Amino acid sequence: MDIKSLINDAKSLGADYFPMLMRKSAPKFVTESGNAVYGIVAEFSETPKVFSAAKKVRDAGYSKWDVHTPFPIHDMEEAMGIKTTKLPLMAGGAAITGVCIAIVLQWGTSLVLYPTVVQGKPFEAWQPFVPIMFELGILLTAFMCIFGMLALNGLPRFHHPLFSHERFYRVGNDRFFIAIEATDPNFDPIKTKKLLEEAGGTDITLIEDVD
Amino acid sequence: MSDTHPDQTIAQQASGIASVQPVARRQPIIPGTKDDGTLTEDPGLRAPLVLGDRSFGEITDIVCGYAEAPMPKIWLTAFTITASIAAIANAMIFYLIITGVGVWGLNNQVDWAWDITNFVFWIGIGHAGTLISAILCLLKQNWRTAVNRAAEAMTIFAVICAGIFPGIHVGRVWMAWFLAPVPNANGIWPNFRSPLLWDVFAVSTYATVSVLFWYMGMIPDVATLRDRAALRLHKGVSRGFKMPMPLGNGLALHFMPKPDQIRMFVYGVMALGWRFSSRHWHRYEKAYLMLAGIATPLVLSVHSIVSFDFATSVVPGWHTTIFPPYFVAGAVFGGFAMVLWLLIPLRMVLPNFSDLLTLRHLENMAKIILLTGTMVGFAYSMEFFIAWYGANEFEFAAFANNRVNPAKAPYWWAYWTMITCNVIFPQVFWFRKMRQSPLVIWIVATAVTIGMWFERFVIIVTSIHRAFLPGEWHMFFPTWVDILTFVGSCGIFLTLFLLFLKFLPMFALSELKIVMPQSHTDDHH
Repeated sequence: MDIKSLINDAKSLGADYFPMLMRKSAPKFVTESGNAVYGIVAEFSETPKVFSAAKKVRDAGYSKWDVHTPFPIHDMEEAMGIKTTKLPLMAGGAAITGVCIAIVLQWGTSLVLYPTVVQGKPFEAWQPFVPIMFELGILLTAFMCIFGMLALNGLPRFHHPLFSHERFYRVGNDRFFIAIEATDPNFDPIKTKKLLEEAGGTDITLIEDVD
Repeated sequence: MSDTHPDQTIAQQASGIASVQPVARRQPIIPGTKDDGTLTEDPGLRAPLVLGDRSFGEITDIVCGYAEAPMPKIWLTAFTITASIAAIANAMIFYLIITGVGVWGLNNQVDWAWDITNFVFWIGIGHAGTLISAILCLLKQNWRTAVNRAAEAMTIFAVICAGIFPGIHVGRVWMAWFLAPVPNANGIWPNFRSPLLWDVFAVSTYATVSVLFWYMGMIPDVATLRDRAALRLHKGVSRGFKMPMPLGNGLALHFMPKPDQIRMFVYGVMALGWRFSSRHWHRYEKAYLMLAGIATPLVLSVHSIVSFDFATSVVPGWHTTIFPPYFVAGAVFGGFAMVLWLLIPLRMVLPNFSDLLTLRHLENMAKIILLTGTMVGFAYSMEFFIAWYGANEFEFAAFANNRVNPAKAPYWWAYWTMITCNVIFPQVFWFRKMRQSPLVIWIVATAVTIGMWFERFVIIVTSIHRAFLPGEWHMFFPTWVDILTFVGSCGIFLTLFLLFLKFLPMFALSELKIVMPQSHTDDHH
């Protein structure tokens, strides 16, 4: 984990949540109507086909692309060359934070702010504080798991160029899509389309990024 | 459908986007038997988890169809009844708050009775949902996909019902904020050495994590519902708004937005813009696995901590070290019974439901009932054995004279109801035929639910109704407010469950698709 990748992560988060703050580079490709090109989408109807197509796109050296599938496909990370996520590390940090909050809260109130004698039990006993340490650790881990996952995914994001493609509404049902973005350095409207055709994609469509 | 042009109906069905169920399979797979082909005993064969050779599209149609079809009359009838019962609970709670806890049958000796019994009963019901979604997920039990969504929903509604009782039993409800870790007006902090405060943290953490787990699992499925509604609007095949009427067709209200417009907005907000990206799925699956990993110790801790409320006291009958595992086993036992109790009637009422929830699923859950029921039975006998073996005469008296012996114990009938329902009834599941009959399973599930309520009643009331001095002996008699509050809480639970059935995806759609053979990336299927 180097500084560069951290800066890139921060930038992509900024682009997801505060697009108005990010400077937009001029689009490389523009359609006849004057809108920027978001990318090219190809449709697949079967799992094995989209899986082998994903491998082909990965081998062609693309980096800004995605496979949209109705369910998580086993081993798709490898087929797409996705690096594993930092989420477990973040969740571990959240767990430690939760336990620390519980320690400070319980020792601070029971020993410093309002020491109470309860059934003559010693003040220095740590055992009664374990359940709440455990519970708060779990609570913060759960928050990090779901909210961290959403943040890394750039969600919630209610508008996306792909939603302008009517065929894409079947992605939650039984269709698979590969979308290659125009910002990818290897992107070329003709070559990319050809690659997707060769990989077995149908209904290959150019998607516009309408603001 | 009478106001729809016939061409349009055909167009809807042809384009596969109408909210109609695919053709139901009426015949069993093996003719002449009740077997649906999932009850194979051959270890070399893997029973199919989704029946009827369905495609992905048909599975989507089936599951989304339940949420998209107009409200069936039977649903409206059931909802009217349960919502009326839920209203009784609200009235009782209001009466309690404006009057005081004296409206319950509590007395100086029995100061915890139906309120805490109901609390432990409901919180225990919830545990099956988390067990199915978390522990069975870690154990890679694929059959959980058919039941996890409904079970998780049931968990949340049970925790809501559970949360009511400790909230209102404190008497002055407006002081309930004393439970929160903040100092009161005199600068006094809550006592962190008290198991009652641990309970507050455990139950609120459990409720929060259950809701998050449930919601996160639902994000892709509500995105599917959103996309289907949007597609119907694009194609112009959306139905108009119809007010359901008790008799005849619904009343068309043209000034109302179309249901699909409401769906697109509400599901759209809930789906958070989910677009089924594999990069998202990767993090999603990691997050889901981690949530399952932490929910597993959490669910075990919650009922352990609930049992500390009793076990850390010095009351004979409560003061036992066996309580945490005994409570957890009992919670899973009662929760699975409730899952079966709710889902078996749905198999009969809803079309295609039995293709997704097969006899194999029911048999697996019956086996868990048998296992946990036996664990609970072992705990009952061990508790009694230790009471005798420990040679503490007060503890022995709490069991023998206050619970078991019909000649001496006024609550003997409660104890023996508990034993009959929880220990004897599940024993029928040693027989294959019984485990495979939905009717038998449903009857046993009913018995277990009753038995588990009595278990909590026996533990709580029979232990405290007779203290060390005979002068402190009091019976507990529930008042009508006690009874109606409990009945009403069942109404709240069922109302919420019915709302879930109608408006949310009741199966985990994306997970069902994973366990279908078409989801494999190679062609060996």
